[in-house]
Amino acid sequence: MQRIRVQTESFDVAAEMAALQGGDTGVGGIGCFVGTVRDAAGGRRIVAMSLEHYPGMTERAMAAIAEEAGRRWPLLGCTLIHRVGRLLPGEGIVLVLASSAHRAAALEATAFLIDWLKTAAPFWKKEFFAEGGEAWVTAKADDDRAAERWR
Amino acid sequence: MNAPVHILYFAWLRERAGAGSEDVVLPDGVSDVGGLIDWLRARSPGMAQAFADPALVRCAVNQEFGNAATKVKPGDEVAFFPPVTGG
Repeated sequence: MQRIRVQTESFDVAAEMAALQGGDTGVGGIGCFVGTVRDAAGGRRIVAMSLEHYPGMTERAMAAIAEEAGRRWPLLGCTLIHRVGRLLPGEGIVLVLASSAHRAAALEATAFLIDWLKTAAPFWKKEFFAEGGEAWVTAKADDDRAAERWR
Repeated sequence: MNAPVHILYFAWLRERAGAGSEDVVLPDGVSDVGGLIDWLRARSPGMAQAFADPALVRCAVNQEFGNAATKVKPGDEVAFFPPVTGG
């Protein structure tokens, strides 16, 4: 079962875990990753971030990433929630959950899902700095390398 | 009749292009993304700036990632954007 959402509002991790588990007592573990807004980047303080995406393609790309995880690991379900719009330091940006009968699949699939989400789904971040000014975040070679290890 | 191509711009490409989307009739002789970029960048200084460094521009045709060689035909949706930075 895939649960995929793009939304402006915050998410409730415990509620999402319960919804993913859905009373399925075959679930032995749920991997969880929460991405949050950091208050600094490259030595500059960040007061806010805004996230833009490509409606339509975003959901398709997220579904394709979830399907790929389902082909690679025996998952019972996964949840991908990505926020868009204006976010403040400390707020959650992205939630990845993966449930399976055993922990290895749940944890590995969670790492795969966030690595691929960072490099294969059409989202763009802009940072707003405390001293004024704003800048689009540039893609990181580290993120490409992290995604590449799953090829 | 030639259906227009729906072009979308995101992030700093949107800012430099000056619009989030536009419909254009595919010019004669343009059949792929690379050809479309060459035609777009010749249209205005903002477009020339948006596409100044092709290495920084990614694209999708009909919501699937593509590249300069990806075919474009009337009625397609073509999006231009920087490398993605979600997650």
